[in-house]
Amino acid sequence: MEILKTYKLYIGGQFPRTESGRSYAVKSVNGEHIANVCLSSKKDVRNAVQAARKAQLAWAGKSAFNRSQIVYRIAEMLEARKAQFIEELQALGQSKKSAESEVSMSIDRCVYYAGWADKYQSIIGSVNPVASAHFNFSVPEPTGVVGIVACQETALLGLISQLLPVIIGANTAVVLANATKPTCAISFAEVLATADVPGGVVNILTGQPAELLPTLSAHMDVNALSIAPIESKLQKEAQAEAIDNLKRVHIFVEPLYVKKAQGLPYIADFQEIKTTWHPIEQIAGGAGGY
Amino acid sequence: MSQKNWNLEPSLESAALLKLQDQYELFIDGKWQAPLSKKYFDSINPSDESKLAKIAWANEADTDVAVKAARTAYENVWSKLSGAQRGKYLFRIARLMQEQAKELAILETLDGGKPIRESRDVDIPLACNHFFYYAGWADKLQEAFAGQQISSLGVAAQITPWNFPLLMLAWKVAPALACGNTVVLKPAETTSLTALKFAEICQQAGLPAGVVNIVTGYGDTGAALVAHTDIDKIAFTGSTAVGKQIQKACLGTSKKLTLELGGKSANIILEDAPIDQAVEGVINAIFFNQGHVCCAGSRLYVQESIAAQVLAKLKFRLQSIYVGNPLDKNTDIGAINSKKQLETIERYIKLGIAEGGQIYQPTCELPSKGYYCKPTLFTDVAQSATIAQEEIFGPVLTIQTFRTMEEVIQKANNSPYGLAAGVWTDKGSRIFGLSQQLRAGVVWANTYNKFDPASPFGGYKESGFGREGGRHGLSAYLKFSN
Repeated sequence: MEILKTYKLYIGGQFPRTESGRSYAVKSVNGEHIANVCLSSKKDVRNAVQAARKAQLAWAGKSAFNRSQIVYRIAEMLEARKAQFIEELQALGQSKKSAESEVSMSIDRCVYYAGWADKYQSIIGSVNPVASAHFNFSVPEPTGVVGIVACQETALLGLISQLLPVIIGANTAVVLANATKPTCAISFAEVLATADVPGGVVNILTGQPAELLPTLSAHMDVNALSIAPIESKLQKEAQAEAIDNLKRVHIFVEPLYVKKAQGLPYIADFQEIKTTWHPIEQIAGGAGGY
Repeated sequence: MSQKNWNLEPSLESAALLKLQDQYELFIDGKWQAPLSKKYFDSINPSDESKLAKIAWANEADTDVAVKAARTAYENVWSKLSGAQRGKYLFRIARLMQEQAKELAILETLDGGKPIRESRDVDIPLACNHFFYYAGWADKLQEAFAGQQISSLGVAAQITPWNFPLLMLAWKVAPALACGNTVVLKPAETTSLTALKFAEICQQAGLPAGVVNIVTGYGDTGAALVAHTDIDKIAFTGSTAVGKQIQKACLGTSKKLTLELGGKSANIILEDAPIDQAVEGVINAIFFNQGHVCCAGSRLYVQESIAAQVLAKLKFRLQSIYVGNPLDKNTDIGAINSKKQLETIERYIKLGIAEGGQIYQPTCELPSKGYYCKPTLFTDVAQSATIAQEEIFGPVLTIQTFRTMEEVIQKANNSPYGLAAGVWTDKGSRIFGLSQQLRAGVVWANTYNKFDPASPFGGYKESGFGREGGRHGLSAYLKFSN
């Protein structure tokens, strides 16, 4: 007899059940029961934000090269579990071909962003030629904790397209998974847990965006939101809640599961630019080496 | 030693150069147009409470006319010009501003109350340089964003504050035009005059009609502009509270938004700092422009071992600060911008005392007319005190001490704001280390309140988003498509 997996949440590197004790059934397109997943509560959101905040400083403190290797490792782990994800996507109703394509694009996307970890700074940052005797430079820094409402059309690729640019930029994330196809997101958490991604860098919740998003968007310790296309009323409410602490809100109107939905701007969206004025000593009589 | 003993000969800048009109209309579609509202308001000289001019007060209908003019100019003229051609107009504007810099400086001081030395040496030159700088970007935008599809946005609504009127106009108008947008600008109601002078400069430059439109008025004018359905971009500099209102007003629209809002910036002196230089820096950080600076170093943190020495030197230095007529070249602190702002500052000073802070003000006489405030220090201030948390926007400094670097980083970051920070130390590696840890958009090391067109400026957290200045400042005025 087959051993069925219990789908739990992913918070602070652990796989707890929702504190609410609730669950909901995920069904295939034919109405067959696939699994029961956690119906997360507001308290789960707050716990996840706390875990994300706690992990952020250490994550940003790692070398960019190190983050690059960790994200590359995600690709390796995903590759190793390719068959599992294809199967899961098929169970959710996708054709074999489309499932294969989605998983291989997801892996490619991980490799793509892994390479960005120690490069975007050189392109977004600058040294600025000011008129005074200062070494003036601008560097990108992570915005902080980012709330992600994952793509509701795809189960894996959309989520990866939103998550990877966020964490490669040294932010940490709280993800609200696709509500109707949440199984892949939790399996992806298992990938993260075995890919040396420190606990708390990514936190994944399953449940209803309508219930969870208001808490996430109003949370004063969340710095930014990445929102895939959702019901417009819900989106507008989230934007309104986000104003209180001036969260940076990025609404993606374009599909996130296409080949071109990747690039530097997706990283830059969750970066702040810091400019430092460092004094330069004026050495009298120096000929400047010419 | 009190200020009276200095017996400085007044060295007044003459305002005779100015040709002020009694009444100013709106600048729409390249022409001066009487407001449809038929309303006007008085612009007051805050240094003596005299009336400078009557200024048109635009209503919703007026802003609509202005936006239509900007849209027409965008579609028919400005978006069809090449970057190089736009750049030439901007270079020309920069030169015309330089030629009339003296007049602009005097006007800025009369209208806003800032010392003539500051408007002459800081505001106006920086404003000119900003146009010159962005002029050069106009034909290099694709190089600035290699590999990305960029285009202009359309019509930009821009709302500027009263603390650096012409400079903030430059920060907004120059990159907007360089990127191919047209503009409707709403200057702050207490400081409209340099913006109106700038309108004349646009005419002198032969800038096509409607590319720059200036609608004067109060907050209601700004609100009407923000709410207009045919604008593509809003750039606002001002208070965090109004910034949030603007965000609410934009909900559900696709208007691109950049906000440069309030601050409560930490200025940190470490024990190895060059103390005299640091004390001068603290003075500049908080008393520059009467403290009407969003990035003012209003929270001073001094390492405990040198706190007594720094405080004594600060108090001594305060005695030689000259508060008075802004047109006097001796003046260090001019007039508070408005009666309303003076009342706000005075309310905070009372609150500071009520909450247990020790106040120190130098003995100096303030002019009998006009709005003035003595430079003010507060010691024994708790981290939770209102004056240590809220933006005062005046010459009021809170002073706290710390022992370790960890402690000061935590205290400095313990604010909803994140605009700027100052660090005073002799050690270069420490500058870089602290800069990395401070959650602020600008970090000044062994200096403060330095600005440059090439240097991006803007905040973290509730100090806003988007950058002004440098290559980064272009992003605010471009559309990026995938």
